Amino acid sequence: MPTYPNRQFLDFEKPIKELYEQIDQAKKLAEKNQKIDYSQTISQLEDAILEKRKEITEHLTPWQRVQLSRHPDRPYTTKYILKMSDNFLELHGDRNVKDDKAMIGGFAELDGQTVMFIGQQKGINTKMRQQRNFGMANPEGYRKALRLMKLAEKFDKPIVTLIDTPGAFPGAEAEERGQGEAIARNIYEMIRLKVPVICVIIGEGASGGALGIGVGDKILMMENTWYTVISPENCSSILWRSWEMKEVAAEQLKLTSKDMKSFGLVDEIVPEPEGGAHWDYDESSRLLKEYILKAIHEMNNYTPQERINMRIEKFGKMGFWDELID
Amino acid sequence: MNKENNKDPKEPQEDFFETSLSGEEDAMNKDSAQRQKWYKRLRKGITTSTSDKKEMPEGLWTKCPECNYICTTTELKENLFVCPKCNYHHRIGSLEYFDILFDNKTYTELFDNIRSKDFLSFTDLKPYDKRLEEIENKTGLTDSLRVGTGKVNDIEMVIACMDFAFIGGSLGSVMGEKFSRAIDYCIAHHLPYIVISKSGGARMMESAFSLMQLAKTSGKLSQLSDAKLPFISVLTDPTFGGITASFGMLGDLNIAEPGALIGFAGPRVIKETIKKDLPEGFQRSEFLLEHGFLDFIVDRKNLKDKLAQIARFFKN
Ligand SMILES: [Zn+2]
Repeated sequence: MPTYPNRQFLDFEKPIKELYEQIDQAKKLAEKNQKIDYSQTISQLEDAILEKRKEITEHLTPWQRVQLSRHPDRPYTTKYILKMSDNFLELHGDRNVKDDKAMIGGFAELDGQTVMFIGQQKGINTKMRQQRNFGMANPEGYRKALRLMKLAEKFDKPIVTLIDTPGAFPGAEAEERGQGEAIARNIYEMIRLKVPVICVIIGEGASGGALGIGVGDKILMMENTWYTVISPENCSSILWRSWEMKEVAAEQLKLTSKDMKSFGLVDEIVPEPEGGAHWDYDESSRLLKEYILKAIHEMNNYTPQERINMRIEKFGKMGFWDELID
Repeated sequence: MNKENNKDPKEPQEDFFETSLSGEEDAMNKDSAQRQKWYKRLRKGITTSTSDKKEMPEGLWTKCPECNYICTTTELKENLFVCPKCNYHHRIGSLEYFDILFDNKTYTELFDNIRSKDFLSFTDLKPYDKRLEEIENKTGLTDSLRVGTGKVNDIEMVIACMDFAFIGGSLGSVMGEKFSRAIDYCIAHHLPYIVISKSGGARMMESAFSLMQLAKTSGKLSQLSDAKLPFISVLTDPTFGGITASFGMLGDLNIAEPGALIGFAGPRVIKETIKKDLPEGFQRSEFLLEHGFLDFIVDRKNLKDKLAQIARFFKN
């Protein structure tokens, strides 16, 4: 993970940046003036950074939470896979059109057990971001994901999906190749998969693009992520007819992990290091792994048919309505 | 052909289905809301002589948005709301489809006691509960999906049909629940399931709950499939977003009315993404047929016979 001064800071993280700058100052002074001991000052500042990181995540608005989920230093799918597991073997292609680089997948060993990992992948720099299409998959990405899920099912291996997308790609070719159909097919097939399926929102969980690899036995959300039907920006533009209302839209959509857990739409919140996953990749991967393993072990207690029935029932209960009685 | 015909009438409709999801009146399909009103009048038997100009309410005459042909509402209705001149299929609601499809216009409506609820206290330009109340009063509809069961050419089936006039036919908890119960009904009575879609997509005011309806409905379809009962998806103008990304594209057969705009992302969003104009006919039924996503296109006048024919194929 990037360390200071290569870190990037969001607006509300600026107080942390200032503390880092003070440490820099102290270190420079220490070099110049060997007689005075600055180590205590520095360690106090380091404590202050940790305190600030904690304080900031405690008081985030929903919109700030969205910003954190998009933090440029936040770990992406591949990072988690490599940190959590051994021998990751990436597999490519949908066997039909092409290899979609916005969607990755492959086998790896998680605590010695073979697991199929699938997830959207965002790029880590400008060039890679374009190559990964900002984590917005095309139909072939969803079809590649389904191919890999079927492969895992055939060999009786659990599936873990890591979701991080601003949405399925809204391009002309995506429409020609059936973006809607590809997502619909995945949702339908995922409900019927015979193996345990664990889905985790690790960053952005936008709409059908997220749900296209998001149907499973256990749905987890990392602490500083969001998951809903539309991005706050697009919601603002459609419902408020303005791009200016994204903060309000983020509030109204109740899209945070806490909200989603309280509605029963996700099963668990995976805690993140103080200040967010981008502060400590090792720790965030360790926490994620712990929750994934727990979920897989739990689901191993059921037969394939029981899991399928439970999935249908789980999603079947979602919704709210009034029922008039004659 | 006169000069006016050269205008592209599809232009204003393009973002219309997207903004209709906001449920705001000025963004609503005035056409379909208006037709809903006439239709209520026609059903109640209130007809006004076309010569009686003073009494004539707005909307007794209708202009085809495709070719500008003007005819009376009655003439249009007799032609199943299809332009007699150019075959443009006007957007119609569930009551109209049910009258067209069910024998002797006879059917039993199911699950009409399920109503939307503002569980999240969602407020955009207006609170969601107020919006629901207003739209219910204005359209006489109770939500965006109506389920009916009856005979189509003597074959018993369940038909669920969307109403675009109700917040852009949006998919929310009520549509998901009615859809699911309709499947339970089909399984219990061993009936084929027909869904006529016409929707801008998911209902944003229900946030993630609306998204989860995609998984909920797909799960139920899996049960219908296990019961070996056919599911026919009929796509009409317009069908977008969460509908195409779930049951809309999951029919044992996917069929569509001619010229219907069908897609995942809306044309406006795509245009902004690719920064190019979209080709003529993009996302129309014919385009989807060409790209392999539809089994066939069916004119509204043949829809009833086709549905009955399909049901027979699966049954015999
Ligand atoms: Zn016409």
